[in-house]
Amino acid sequence: MAVKDVYQAVLDYDEDGIAALVEKELAAGTDVNELLQAGLISAMDEVGKLFSEGELYVPEMLLAAQTMKVGLEILKPKLKDGGAGAASVVVIGTVKGDLHDIGKNLVGMMLEGGGFEVHDLGVDVDSKDFVAAVKKHNASILGLSALLTTTMPAMEETVKTLREAGLDKVKIMIGGAPVTQAFADKIGADGYSEDAPGAVELARGLNK
Amino acid sequence: MIIVGELINASRKAIREAIESGDDAYIKEVARDQDQAGATYIDANAGIFVGEEGKYMKWLIELIQSVSEKPVAIDSPDPKVIEEALGLCRVTPMLNSISLEKDRWEKLLPIVAANNELKVVALCMSDAGMPTTCEDRLKIADRLIEGLTAKGVKAENIHVDPLVQPLGTDHKFGLEFMESVRAIAERFPGVHFMCGLSNISYGLPARKFLNRIFMAQAIVCGLDGAIVNPLDKGMMAAIAAAETLAGKDKSSIRYLRAYRQGLIEA
Repeated sequence: MAVKDVYQAVLDYDEDGIAALVEKELAAGTDVNELLQAGLISAMDEVGKLFSEGELYVPEMLLAAQTMKVGLEILKPKLKDGGAGAASVVVIGTVKGDLHDIGKNLVGMMLEGGGFEVHDLGVDVDSKDFVAAVKKHNASILGLSALLTTTMPAMEETVKTLREAGLDKVKIMIGGAPVTQAFADKIGADGYSEDAPGAVELARGLNK
Repeated sequence: MIIVGELINASRKAIREAIESGDDAYIKEVARDQDQAGATYIDANAGIFVGEEGKYMKWLIELIQSVSEKPVAIDSPDPKVIEEALGLCRVTPMLNSISLEKDRWEKLLPIVAANNELKVVALCMSDAGMPTTCEDRLKIADRLIEGLTAKGVKAENIHVDPLVQPLGTDHKFGLEFMESVRAIAERFPGVHFMCGLSNISYGLPARKFLNRIFMAQAIVCGLDGAIVNPLDKGMMAAIAAAETLAGKDKSSIRYLRAYRQGLIEA
């Protein structure tokens, strides 16, 4: 069970050692998809769970995500070669007028850790640019962040713009300090999460 | 130390509820408590009430002024709300805040220019995003201070907010902030500071503890203003101790006063 070593390397934040472990597994003929799922992704699920329970803190979650990413980068080309496990695509960004990116970045990292293909448009993103990116990347989910009460209306505007563009099947999830489930319901978003691991769970649910 | 009492902010649940129910006694109590605990300014923020911010801002300022002689910090980005609030203030208030973000800068600069005595918080933020390094902050502070002084604002009326970023997302963020305080104080003599400090501990445990230590370190670097909860005794004690240690408290008079008030516990 050496896939377990890869899993453990993520939980130990072994950024320097994980590459060798992944290479070793690949050389031994371990299935790429299993390495991804049982090694990297389930380790990040555990990290997310520990974070939500208050056992781990933000810097630890970031370090785990960075470690996971080292492994993921090795697997990526091979995943494409084999055509296995096509990741579902999420476009994220902070809405127009808002420059806050820390929470959004955490969500992006955790989504990647959860096996999603993430396209991060950055901050102060116009609703039209969100729509264009969703189309371009054929995304199934759009994640919007707002940290200011004054920019929450830009979320509503973006939801509207996306719906008007006829992208009815794309699910929208929102988050940020002033955002609530009630606000998500009000503006017609498909989901709300209060933290980054929760956003991963939410995205998985929305994709079903 | 210039202390802005942060508690009357509608994004706090108790204040939001007091505003919604028109509980003027509670607002007055919070204003009085902050005044007595040593606030230099009393912040007023009704930002969550989109469309009704102006109405509630006026209500808050009138209540604050009914129990406190301390000046108000008008905490809003909306020029209309600010103009109306300015008309109510008996003592020269602080405006929280202008920044280099184009929209905010263009809307608020005329107000600041027309009210020359106003104390203005100049937030180190631009459309390029949030600064992370000392160098980023200096560049933005430079343009803010130059732009404001060009409109006749005196250096001593400018409070630069170098913008605290969370340590939990980059281990250098505390250091970069402190270095920028030192650099701004050196380059722009006479300019003051203002900042919300608690962001430093985002994502970390025992936040109050970290916030206090950070405050003490930043004061040594030259920080002379902060928006805090003046009722947080531990924080007020940390400020008093840091100021006396940093040589800003002649004969340790303020430290001794804080001790006699029971703020300092050994």
